Parts: sequence; C-alpha cells; structure tokens
Amino acid sequence: MTLNSKVPSGPIEDKWETHKFEMKLVAPHNKRRFTIIVVGTGLAGAAAAASLGELGYNVEVFTYHDSPRRAHSIAAQGGINAAKNYKNDGDSVRRLFYDTVKGGDYRSREANVHRLAEVSVDIIDQCVAQGVPFAREYGGLLDNRSFGGAQVSRTFYARGQTGQQLLLGAYQALARQIAAGTCRLHNKSEMLDVVVKDGRAVGIVCRDLLTGEISRHTGHAVVLATGGYSNAFYLSTNAMYCNVTAAWRAHRRGALFANPCFTQIHPTCIPASDEFQSKLTLMSESLRNDGRIWVPKDPDDTRPPDQIPEADRDYYLERRYPAFGNLVPRDVASRAAKREVDNGHGVGPLENGVYLDFSNAISRLGRSAIEEKYGNLFEMYERITDENPYSVPMRIYPAPHYTMGGLWVDYNLMTTVPGLYAAGEANFSDHGANRLGASALMQGLADGYFVLPYTIGDYLAEHLGESLVPTNDPAFDDVESDVIGRVARLVGNKRGTRSPDHYHRRLGKILWDNCGMERSREGLGKALAEIPALHDEFRRDVRILGSDDGLNSSLEKAGRIDDFFQLASLMCRDALDREESCGGHFRVEHQTEDGEALRDDENFSYVAAWEWTGEGAEPALHKEPLVFENVELAQRSYK
Amino acid sequence: MDLTLRIWRQPDAESDGDFHVYAVKGISSDMSFLEMLDVLNEQLIESGEEPVEFDSDCREGICGTCGLVINGVPHGPERATATCQLHMRKFSDGETITVEPWRATAFPVQRDLVVERSPLDRIIEAGGYITAPTGAAPDANEIPVPKEAADAAMDAAACIGCGACVAACPNGAAQLFTAAKIAHLNLLPQGQAERYRRTEAMVDTMEEFFGSCTNHGECEEACPKEISIDFIAMMNRDYIRSKFKNRKRLGQKKVG
Repeated sequence: MTLNSKVPSGPIEDKWETHKFEMKLVAPHNKRRFTIIVVGTGLAGAAAAASLGELGYNVEVFTYHDSPRRAHSIAAQGGINAAKNYKNDGDSVRRLFYDTVKGGDYRSREANVHRLAEVSVDIIDQCVAQGVPFAREYGGLLDNRSFGGAQVSRTFYARGQTGQQLLLGAYQALARQIAAGTCRLHNKSEMLDVVVKDGRAVGIVCRDLLTGEISRHTGHAVVLATGGYSNAFYLSTNAMYCNVTAAWRAHRRGALFANPCFTQIHPTCIPASDEFQSKLTLMSESLRNDGRIWVPKDPDDTRPPDQIPEADRDYYLERRYPAFGNLVPRDVASRAAKREVDNGHGVGPLENGVYLDFSNAISRLGRSAIEEKYGNLFEMYERITDENPYSVPMRIYPAPHYTMGGLWVDYNLMTTVPGLYAAGEANFSDHGANRLGASALMQGLADGYFVLPYTIGDYLAEHLGESLVPTNDPAFDDVESDVIGRVARLVGNKRGTRSPDHYHRRLGKILWDNCGMERSREGLGKALAEIPALHDEFRRDVRILGSDDGLNSSLEKAGRIDDFFQLASLMCRDALDREESCGGHFRVEHQTEDGEALRDDENFSYVAAWEWTGEGAEPALHKEPLVFENVELAQRSYK
Repeated sequence: MDLTLRIWRQPDAESDGDFHVYAVKGISSDMSFLEMLDVLNEQLIESGEEPVEFDSDCREGICGTCGLVINGVPHGPERATATCQLHMRKFSDGETITVEPWRATAFPVQRDLVVERSPLDRIIEAGGYITAPTGAAPDANEIPVPKEAADAAMDAAACIGCGACVAACPNGAAQLFTAAKIAHLNLLPQGQAERYRRTEAMVDTMEEFFGSCTNHGECEEACPKEISIDFIAMMNRDYIRSKFKNRKRLGQKKVG
C-alpha cells in the first residue's frame, strides 16, 4: 500500500485555494440525492453535520449520548486559537502555522497545518455570528489571551467554558438542521462497525443503547468524528464514555492508524487522591499565564507552602526556560513536573504534585481580576480538593488528555478506505507529536465547518447517480453478524468474575507505566507481553450481568475496553518502533544532555501508519515521509 | 465512612420500580458521589447482582449528563454543584442516603436512575439558535458587543442542560432551561433578527412537553450553574411582546 497524502502542489499559501477551485462540485439539486453518515456530535461532528445539512445533503447523525450537546468537546476550558492579530502583537497565518509545526515537534504535515491556520480566522467569525459569547473588552471588541507554547495573544475564550460555548454553537446549528429535516438524529446509538463493500465505506452498524437493537444504516460516505483514545490509560481527563471503538473498528476494516504513540499528557491536572479515582480533572492551561509553578528545593521540606520563603522555592520552569517560563508547551511542562516528583520534590499528601501558585498574580492584579479570569476553575478546584486556591497554591500533576495519533487521513480528511472520513481528534492530521493549547477546538471546527463540506463533495461528485447500497446487502449481513457475535460473546460469558472496570484499571496501569510520559525499550517490551495476556484474561473472566436487550452499561464498557486492549498493543508497538524522542513521545534512550527530547530527523521524519493484519498478527507499518519546505527543522528550544 | 444507600431500581420504562437498600463501607471522604456509586457497582457485580444504572460522562460538571435526586434534592445538598462534582465530605459517617432519578412527567425513567430528556432538545430545535449558515459570517469584530451584554449572555449560556430545574419544579416546568437559551441569544446583537420568532417558537414547544411555571423558584435553587430566575421574567416579557411585535420593522428601530 502506498500512502498518497494528495497534498496539492504549488506554494503553501496557495494550496488550499487552488485545491478548493480544483475540487469537483455537486449541484444543489443533486446534493439531496446523497446521504452522508456522521458519527459523533462533538465540535467536528456537529459542525460537519450542520454544514453538510445546510448544503442540502441528507445527513444521518449518530451519538451515544442522549443529546448531541454532551460530547466531550464541551469540557474544553481554555480557548481557541486564531490568527486574527487583534492584539497587534505580530501574529499572522504564517506565525500560527509555524508555531503549530514547531509545537508539534516537526511531525505533522505542513500543508494541513497551513490550511488550519488559514481557516482559523473564519472559525471565529462563524462562531461570533452564531452567538458564541466570547470574552469582550469594554469597547465591545473581542478579548484575547496568551496560551502555552505561543508568544502572542491569539486565544479567544468564553470564561473557562470555551469548549462548552463552541459546542453549543455547533449543536444549535445542528438543531436548526434537524428541525429543517436535512439532518436526522439518532441518539443513544453507538456505532459498532463500518460496512465496507468493494473497498468503499457504505454504511455502519449500530446498537441502540436503550433497547439493545442492532441496526444498519447506509450512506454514500461516512464521517467518523469520534474523538480520541486517552481513556486507554483508564485515568485521563476524558469523559467516562470516550472510547476508541469507532476508530478501531474502522481500522480493522482497512483504515490505517497513524502515530498511535503520540499521546499528550497535560501538565495541569488535579493529582489523584486515591485508588478509586474514576477520572482526572484538568485545570485549564490558561492558569499558567498567571500562576507560577514551583516545588520546595528541599525534598524533605514539610512546611505548608505559605511558610516556605522564596529562597527555598524552585520555580523550575522559569529557571530552566527563561524565554517561555511557565508557558512552555505541554510536553515540556509535563516532563519537567515528572522529573521534580521523581526526584522527591512532589507535594501534597501523596507527594504526587507540584504547586501552581497565584499569590504573585493576586497581589499584582488584585483578587477580583483573578476571579474574573479563572473564577469557575478555582471553584471547581476547591470543590474537588477542599482547598481554596486563592489562599493555598493549587497542586497539579500531568494526566493523559489528548491523542495526536488517530486514523490516517489524506489532505481531504479521507482515510485509506474510500468514502470513510475522519475528523477532529479522531484523525492524526494536524498536531504532529504534540498539540499546542487551544488548538484542538480550532482543528475540530476547521475540519467540520471548513474542510469536510468541500472535500466530501469532491468524492461524491464522482458517484453521482449511484444508489445507496441496500441494508439487506450481504456486506451488511456479514458486518451485522460480527457485531451480534461480539455482543453475544461478552454477555454470554457466564463464568466471569471481575467487573469491566477492574480490567480497565489494570490495562491503564500497564500503559501509564510503560507508554506514558517516558518510554523505554525494556518497558515497552514488557507491556507488549503483558497486554495480550491480560486481554486473554479479560475475555475469559470479565463478568457482565444482565442481558443485551436493554440498557446495560457493563456491556457497553466491556466492548470498549476490549478494543482498548488491541489499541494499547499498537500504541506500544509504535512507541517501540520510533527510536527517537519527539513531542509527547519521550524515549529515555534518546535525550539530549540536559534531558530534552532528541529527534532523529534523518530516520524518523515520517508518519507511522499501521495496517491491521488480523487478530494476534503483527501489524504492518507504512510510512508517509514528511517533507518540510517552509519550516526549517530545528531542535525545539524554549529557553 | 460507612453508609446505607436507598436506591431507586426500575428494570425498564414500563415496569414499576422500588427502593433497594445497600450498605457500602470504607468510603473515603475525598471520593466523589459517583465514585462512591462506582464502588457500590463493583461490589454488586462481584456479588452477582446487576449494577445500578446511572448516567455520567464528563465528571467535571459541564456536560449535563449526570443528575440524581439525593435526599430529595436534585444534584444533592451542595449548592451550585452538579452530582458529579459532589464529594462525600458533604455527608457524614453512618448516614442513610436516598438516591432517585429525576422525577418529571416529561423525563420518563429508562432504567434505575437513567431518564430520557430529549424534550429539551426539541425546545432548542424550535428556535434556540441564530441562523448563521457556515461561511456567511462577517468579521468577528464587525459587531461590537458591550461587555456587560456579553457577560450577561454568558451567564445565561452557562446552562448545561441537565434538567435539574425541571426535576426540582413541583410542576415539572422547563422555564429556566428555556429562558436561559432565549436570554443568551436575545441579549446579543446577533440574536435580534430572530428574537421574537425564536421566543414564541421555543415557549410554545416548551408548553407542549412540560408543566407550567407558577413562580416557586425551586429551579434556581437546584441549578448547578446558578442560572438566575430573572431570565424567566425576560423570557415572559419577550413572549408577550412577540404577540404584537411588528417584525417587519425589527431591524429598523431600537429594539428593547
């Protein structure tokens, strides 16, 4: 298989414009003859469904939630980047492009990133027109703030609830199309497989979470906007339902999975308090604008933080990275925190955190200014920890948060299965080995509002006049019987003894210990032996009570964990194969003298796209070489 | 801490339900309420009893998926806190805690503590949006929005759509939910063109599914985002105006 990225030729500034002109169009009266399936209603899915519906396509929208408004995009706090240069601080499309490629440690595709930077400005316009209540200056114009990994203020925000407001904007646009009849909503409906016929995606098979009914849905194209896979680690900042099943099932049907080891560990999360912790809570990265991170210089210092004098504190980020200070990119900040905790400087009852201190900012700006910016985050922190961050420094520690890896897609966001698209966090395309803060919302909405509506038309135009594959086609029969078999195997295992969560926790621990913030050849080898063994045990021993013909959350969880096991092996396989450190992927064997990630551009400047070759078989690696014509590769430096 | 839980169990929408009593031991006060239920469910699974079904996703108080009536109060005893953000330190050792699903005619119970809330989506579909087709927008700074208006719109837009307001209302009314969305959009300059059409359509749809408001104010008390009941007054005013507003002149003179 050769990977064709389909990146248009010509200067990078003109590629997207040229491509938009060269893509084929579907005339308005023909659009209604096409049916497009959109799975997932987060930023990418809701934006795509609404925009495609507006264009006149028939759109079938699927979510496992009761309402499309609940997708995990809603929990994004900090903001969304756009190259508006409203602050007159030297921002431009070129700078956002450059920052994103550099931030991603030179492992993303230049052309995709440039397009993202170009459409970023349109996203803000679109969202404001929809009524997204972004923060404003007193003159009525939009406010911006700076964010990790950037030296300009290009982040738009709506208090600490930017993701919520952007998602509600997209959800409301989708609601308008549902009312107009162009989009049909299937809620409480979980996609369990993709149907591929003659090499093309032609539909999906779903399970109704309330009735257990398995249903078939046919379409001319299928869009997966099903999010990332951080929950493979069990403890992450993702929502409880987030899972990889849709993407993984597509992978097993022929879609290559790219850079699975590129996972992001977010530096500012609340440390775990006990073993029953069900998830970790993120504290927005924007807090690093005003908070200063430190640990006591003496590992044995047991004084409360306010009694530790300045001289006995180590503001280690400011010390090591004077240019960026507390605003270094996420991967750098996370590893630095790990190093402090590993060296015994950790704070808190379990000594598993570092301080994020607002006392300077409060005395400089006043408590009310801090409350205005971060009030809801401080409240959330206090609710969880019972400590008041206005008077006691927050304790933070890194946690799995986002996955840069995902389904391989070409410039049109199409996977290696024709007619099957992946958008938002579900694809791998824009963030390389590390995502910059406030760029996930930007990418989700870029894909949904401004890329897919064009590129899908280009594909469909070639299939004008083709009728839908009927749902009684043998292709659907085969996939449906697979799905039914899988559900029946899980629910039919009457000898099981332990809950799905029990196995998920154990899998998560293996991954976190061996494929988390630091990876080594030895650890990855160990994980690659342990994961399949635990998977076997899981399949033998998982206990699912109740039946498959009604609401059964154990059954739902078990199906998702089953897929996480296979993904986890691929993550380790990919991490083992990539003999370099870059972005969120840090191999202990490859570091500079002062402990920074050491890339190997000569040998690893490629996208690792893995092909499924069957259960228990070694996956096949395909490489898409990355060519940098507009950004000069350099050792990332935030000093 | 050791606790006794009285939990509503109901096999499906058609069957009757009743309270089951369970004991949980060794609960840490730093645990969230839902983590405590996770522990109970692990115990139940190991002992061969089907786990208690409850809805919960983000566990950060923002997605609006979770919602339990705890000791008779939607989202439990802590003010301005969704169920998932409630921690066990708010309870005492040895306490008996009663856990029920949302109780409202418009939200039928699906199983145990899970209810169906899609009528809220129908209200949004009726007009809870600004018609702004993708790609048609002017530059974002073309429309200045006074900070006070943007802030007030954001206060209303903070609604998470959990439905606690409906569950708390003796009439099962959805006024607070509907008013929050109407206020968010009607307060902004971008929302003016559809202001009265939106208000009328959303209120009429709300009335199809939900009970009527008789100013109890329980909704505001239960709201995890502290959405103000003042928005209901604003909605009522706009609804009445919608009945006689000359919409042909909406863009021509000051609205308000």
